[in-house]
Amino acid sequence: MNLTTPLGDEVLELRAGDRVTLSGTIYTARDEAHLRMMEEGIPFDPEGAVVYHCGPVVQDGRLVVAGPTTSARMNALTGFLIDAGVRALVGKGGMGPEVVEQLRGRAVYLALTGGCAASAAARMTLKGVYFEDLGMAEAIWVIEADRLPLTVGIDAHGGDLFEAIQQKAKTQFHQRFNIKQDTVS
Amino acid sequence: MMANPADTALSDALADATERALREAEIRLPPDVLAVLRKAAAAERDAIARRELENILENIALAEERHVPICQDTGVPVIYLTLPPDIGLSPGLFEGVREGVRRATATIPLRPNVVDPLTRENTNDNTGAGMPAAHVTPGDRLTVTVLPKGAGSENVSRLGMLLPSQAAQIPKFVTETMLLAGGKPCPPVILGVGIGGTFDVAAALAKEALLLPVDAMDGYEQELCDAVNALGIGPMGLGGDTTALAVKVKRADCHTASLPVAVNVQCWACRRATVEVNL
Repeated sequence: MNLTTPLGDEVLELRAGDRVTLSGTIYTARDEAHLRMMEEGIPFDPEGAVVYHCGPVVQDGRLVVAGPTTSARMNALTGFLIDAGVRALVGKGGMGPEVVEQLRGRAVYLALTGGCAASAAARMTLKGVYFEDLGMAEAIWVIEADRLPLTVGIDAHGGDLFEAIQQKAKTQFHQRFNIKQDTVS
Repeated sequence: MMANPADTALSDALADATERALREAEIRLPPDVLAVLRKAAAAERDAIARRELENILENIALAEERHVPICQDTGVPVIYLTLPPDIGLSPGLFEGVREGVRRATATIPLRPNVVDPLTRENTNDNTGAGMPAAHVTPGDRLTVTVLPKGAGSENVSRLGMLLPSQAAQIPKFVTETMLLAGGKPCPPVILGVGIGGTFDVAAALAKEALLLPVDAMDGYEQELCDAVNALGIGPMGLGGDTTALAVKVKRADCHTASLPVAVNVQCWACRRATVEVNL
């Protein structure tokens, strides 16, 4: 499926593991930007918006490289965005069970290949910035994306590819090292 | 600070070498890392994992073609210097390295990543109190090795003070580190494992292990790597055969009552470069 912002109910059709592309406006936000938005409000229209967990390298008003950062750092900072109408989060590594519940019936988590910052930037144009005083990594950069290649990591129905893989890994670990399931976290 | 012209020349030469090493490391992966990534992509059986590995190989090619950093987390520079007998340890050496980091930050460019640990105020040039970390060892030639280290993988690294009777538990500790990390450190990873020494030496060994070539493993390293790959976490935690590209181990002797084990997790972008300083 090819997604274009602003997003709507089409995200509800997606299932964990699906391949999609995403085009349109996306907003970068990391730890500091989330904290600032919780205090001062969201500086962009959140309805149907896409938040990208990313702190790019910017030089002379141009995106040099812009791959995804570890999304799990934002686990406890995400609920207000989904409540405000954000329809997709883009990042890497997946998110916690509280976010899986927050996404339910409303939004999705899309995984972009971590470290692929040059190829991501090749599909992006810088359009603007909010909270620039937070610094290059933590500011909210407004980006126009052109067909970003993504995998649905968490869908709007509780489907979580990362968690499924993690459960299998845990079982494997317990078997290999002969650990009873209830003795290890 | 450096009135002595010889000191200034040394400092300038180190700044230049540090900047060049960082440029090389940030833009081009070492051949051994590229080789194991290509090998993994060819062997991978999972369709999603194959696509992730193809994305990684495309990105590496694009970074080189466009002369831009491979990843936007350009890391914090970890520096290793070798000093020949005729070059003494001096403040000018360290100032040269710091100046090289500042120049590299402006010219490559690098993301300014170094902040005060509590106020989170950014120094904006990737240097700061105690940063960059610089390790010095004796050598035949004056060289600068840089290992820019990203935070996603650094944050899931782990150190355990095992008991002397728990040597057989080391594979479990290493594998558990990856299990706890999941997709967060941008797998496929390279694990640097430090065994022995003291609390601090084990961590230093684990990081130094990341400087070793990854296209060959001994039997013990292969055993650790197989255990990690059996987890099936796969590229980016989306599942697959390739969770670790390699595990590299460095050892030191230790106290008879201790068994320190450190695991330094490194994302697939194992960036490192060495430049010889010509005076």
